[in-house]
Amino acid sequence: MSADSLVSQLKRGLDAPICLTWELTYACNLQCIHCLSSSGQRDPRELTTAQAKAVIDELRDLQVFYINIGGGEPMIRRDFFDIITHSVDNSIGVKFSTNGAYIDGENARRLAAMDYLDIQISLDGTDAATNDAVRGAGSFDTAIAAMENLARANFGPFKISVVVTRHNVAQLDDFKALADSYGAQLRITRLRPAGRGADTWHALHPTADQQIDIYRWLLGHGENVLTGDSFFHLNALGEPLPGLNLCGAGRVVCLIDPLGDVYACPFVLHDEFRAGSVLDPGGFTKVWRESALFTSLREPESAGACASCGSYDACQGGCMAAKFFTGLPLDGPDPECVSGHGEELLSASTATAPRPTKDHSRPVSLTRKPVRT
Amino acid sequence: MTITLESSCSLSPQVALRPEPFGALAYHYGNRRLVFLKHPDVVAVVKNLANHPTVGATLDACGIAAERRASFLAALDNLTKSEIIHVG
Repeated sequence: MSADSLVSQLKRGLDAPICLTWELTYACNLQCIHCLSSSGQRDPRELTTAQAKAVIDELRDLQVFYINIGGGEPMIRRDFFDIITHSVDNSIGVKFSTNGAYIDGENARRLAAMDYLDIQISLDGTDAATNDAVRGAGSFDTAIAAMENLARANFGPFKISVVVTRHNVAQLDDFKALADSYGAQLRITRLRPAGRGADTWHALHPTADQQIDIYRWLLGHGENVLTGDSFFHLNALGEPLPGLNLCGAGRVVCLIDPLGDVYACPFVLHDEFRAGSVLDPGGFTKVWRESALFTSLREPESAGACASCGSYDACQGGCMAAKFFTGLPLDGPDPECVSGHGEELLSASTATAPRPTKDHSRPVSLTRKPVRT
Repeated sequence: MTITLESSCSLSPQVALRPEPFGALAYHYGNRRLVFLKHPDVVAVVKNLANHPTVGATLDACGIAAERRASFLAALDNLTKSEIIHVG
């Protein structure tokens, strides 16, 4: 069987997701300006411990091999260890993303004692100024302290997870060196205009020249740098990057939000891409297999405005979420189309981009009292 | 190529297989690698490796025709690189 027909099978969807992201809470100690889920405050409707464990039991029966846990800051949940232990005990590996604030010495040792656990520390600059401009004051030092604690606890190769912006593209080599210094693995992903990122994307996303730099850098590093296959829109530049060249939304990936709502991917937290809830009759399984949204995402897509472009097979029209939240038609070019078709459309567009449906950002208080710590 | 018809192989105990329409997904809990087994016959062979003394005997038992053996050896060789199967 050729690779092409494997990809076409994947496009028609699998019986269970390969890669499932589960955001455990909207609560977060940080307020990153590009947060995909507009996190900040806990939502009172978030899944209970028992509900979360029932979801894990269902994922075990579906033979989901691992889950990507995020948030918010997932370690804020008091039942965080309870939930991830239940997952690992049921042969579902856990990869979780954290800003590191709760990885003190004791938690680092606790994490190091667990099997089937991967940790991704988020970092968006190799110096405090670059990182903290996006992730907030003190967040660079927090992340480095967490890495030190993991190293001291002999956790092994954790991951450093970077969202590439126009301000840190030039630091890719430095990120790699930092990861190497900890024996860690570097993961870089694409900035999406989702959540609070919908407001900041225009100022943060890499320039056209920088996109070429990212492509060349990734080609040079091959499979040693993880990307979550998020840069496939760059494949139109030439030789394909490693990974599956397709949008997996609703086909091989999906997202469960803290309330149990199931979305097509982590970058489309919007009613239009909500397929159902794990609390619906039939649970997650029924949503994955039968929801009208996922069924439609598994039908052959139209290349639309990209049909006459010779690069369509290479880039697949790019990222659905990036198009959606910049107000571009879904069957047209990605806003970061390397041939510039997206930029042309964006500058000519008078359409209003959709707003993220849920917002858990902390309110801005003009009369906030000083915080005592 | 490290795998021959005389090799003795088995599926790693750290690997789980999930049936899929195209064959199966193989996930190695140790190295976290996810591998696509792109044909049901490959899945049958991989599952049966430990039941036979050699790869050749497994291919025979699974009814793999002689002209397909070279491609199966290549596929199995790739699976040793990702540690999905072990030699010996």
